[in-house]
Amino acid sequence: MIIRRRLAAGACALLAALATGIAPASAADGPSKNSPKVELVLDVSGSMRTRDVDGQSRMSAAQQAFNEVIDAVPGGVRLGIRTLGAHYPGDDKEIGCKDSKQEYPVGPVDHTEAKAAVAALRPTGWTPIGYALRGADQDLGTDGGTRRVVLITDGEDSCGQPDPCDVARELAAKGTHLTVDTLGLAHDDKTREQLQCIAEATGGTYTSVQHTDELSGKIKQIVRRADTPVETPKPVSGANECAKAPKIGQGIWTDRETFSEHRWYRVEVKPGQELRAAASVGADRAVDRDYGVLVRAVGESGQELVRGSEAGSGRTDVMSSGLRYPVGKAKDKNDKEPRTVCLEVSNSFSAPPNVKRDPGLPVELAVDLVKGPDSPSDLAAFGLGRGWVLLAVLAVTGLLAGLVWGWLSRWRVSVWRAN
Amino acid sequence: MRTTRILTAALLAGAALFTTAGAAVADTPGPSPSASSGDTPTEAGTGFRTATAIEQGQKATASASTGDYLYWQFPAGANQRPTVKATVQLPEASLRHGAATWQLDVFDGLRRHQACASGEPTQRAGAQDASVTLTCTLRTVRPWSERWANDPLPGAYYIRLTVADGPDQDHGLPVKTEVRADAKDVGGSRAEGGEVAPLHAAALKEPEDGWNGSWWSDRWAWTVGGAVLGALAAIGGYTLTRHPHRFRRPPAGR
Repeated sequence: MIIRRRLAAGACALLAALATGIAPASAADGPSKNSPKVELVLDVSGSMRTRDVDGQSRMSAAQQAFNEVIDAVPGGVRLGIRTLGAHYPGDDKEIGCKDSKQEYPVGPVDHTEAKAAVAALRPTGWTPIGYALRGADQDLGTDGGTRRVVLITDGEDSCGQPDPCDVARELAAKGTHLTVDTLGLAHDDKTREQLQCIAEATGGTYTSVQHTDELSGKIKQIVRRADTPVETPKPVSGANECAKAPKIGQGIWTDRETFSEHRWYRVEVKPGQELRAAASVGADRAVDRDYGVLVRAVGESGQELVRGSEAGSGRTDVMSSGLRYPVGKAKDKNDKEPRTVCLEVSNSFSAPPNVKRDPGLPVELAVDLVKGPDSPSDLAAFGLGRGWVLLAVLAVTGLLAGLVWGWLSRWRVSVWRAN
Repeated sequence: MRTTRILTAALLAGAALFTTAGAAVADTPGPSPSASSGDTPTEAGTGFRTATAIEQGQKATASASTGDYLYWQFPAGANQRPTVKATVQLPEASLRHGAATWQLDVFDGLRRHQACASGEPTQRAGAQDASVTLTCTLRTVRPWSERWANDPLPGAYYIRLTVADGPDQDHGLPVKTEVRADAKDVGGSRAEGGEVAPLHAAALKEPEDGWNGSWWSDRWAWTVGGAVLGALAAIGGYTLTRHPHRFRRPPAGR
């Protein structure tokens, strides 16, 4: 009964949440200013003519998938389309490597126009992936909301400079939360490595596409992911010592930290509050096998208060640790002065010499201030006991007490009688 | 005669206490094995921030690519021992290039890695295997711990599923995954005191018994039972010294 009522309440809450979630999208004519933005970047280079996706050419498979995606885009998502290698058929590398054009601007989707833009594309030129990524970043603008790029290509960058992987890392480090998901239509090692590198550098995913339905399914999934509401982290730049550290409060913060660098932040904690900090350092490039991360809470006098550390080896996306530090209630009731706690985040990642050091590894710092813990006076619940030993002790004690009391009374009675 | 009556009454009272205690245990709702209200999640997150929230006992599925890091989060309250089970449907064997190791990691709300007390969090999937199953049972969640400890505390738990080691050529191939988090109530032997605010649990539904577990534990029954036993023993001892003749055989001739 109670369960059913709770379920009903839960369902109502869910409905309400859904309604509020949908409302901004359906109430306004277009998506709101903070709605997520996705740009599809399609490779239209000559090699897209190859017929190896379910018997049709890579190009027509991509066009078919795009049509399905355009039909399925949720109302709240702004979608744009950019191509690379679609317009210059010549051999001049200089011109071919700047051949990237926005075919459909990022905004609410007009199904007919978007489909027409896709249908007109014919496999043509070079593969300037790095150049196209920079263009896509500009297309998406810098206003709020999730920003995602879906890169669909069948080959490695044929232009060499700029290296698409470096471009991706540089764009991700700009603090505008760009994620690049890559879809590979060819399965050679070089293409795969490059696309994996781009995805890894921005926290995106890499998929190797074998069939047409996989292609449209994956793009739809990425669009859905962009549409999932999530807390956007605020950028911060930590100092190299506590005294100069920036003050941060509750929330999620992002920063960059190179190998073996220490970054400091300051948090103000009121008496009776508990500071909670979780830090994760991302491995967005090839790193050596063993690594670790250390988070320390340090008092203003330089004393370590508490630390969290984690080490690992092998393949990973992030290494994270956390700590909690309760500030006890002040003895003086009027003392509500917040205490300053310094947080130090350091890592022991390292990388082979050919790996770029700049920009640093992405750091995500989640800071929370909550009510302090209620320390128990006894570890056992309410100080209660349990077990046969307890029963035996109580029973024997009771028996002895009864016997002593009884003998005492007998002795008293006999003394009284004697008198 | 009177003593016997008192004794029976006391024993009955004690028995009643124990039985009501038992009934109370049965009444307290368990960790809701089938509280799957609404749709089951069909997507997984790609990081701590985007982890998909699931409920205890709820089966969540997600399709992904080999090499993706998939994240979910589930709630666990004090005195529960959570178990996470993940099944991965591997890509077609004809597309794969060899064996791969899959790994399940569980982190607490402070993103601290939590040890698996039992289970098989890493498994090597052979080149011909169709699926691989991973399990991880955490330590019992405590309602309170020292700030230096990384004991499991009430709040969110993050699940991360990924391929830890395998042929590079297999990255990007499609996989289907399924995870489920269950929790077992451990009972009075681990009932502890104290309270901390749940760790990073804003996105999650509180477990049936609340973040800090129910106030009830069988420690109440043991302690009250012990007190009754002690009182009875005291009465027994007293009677033994005051009216010893009652415990002796009646003299012959009466």
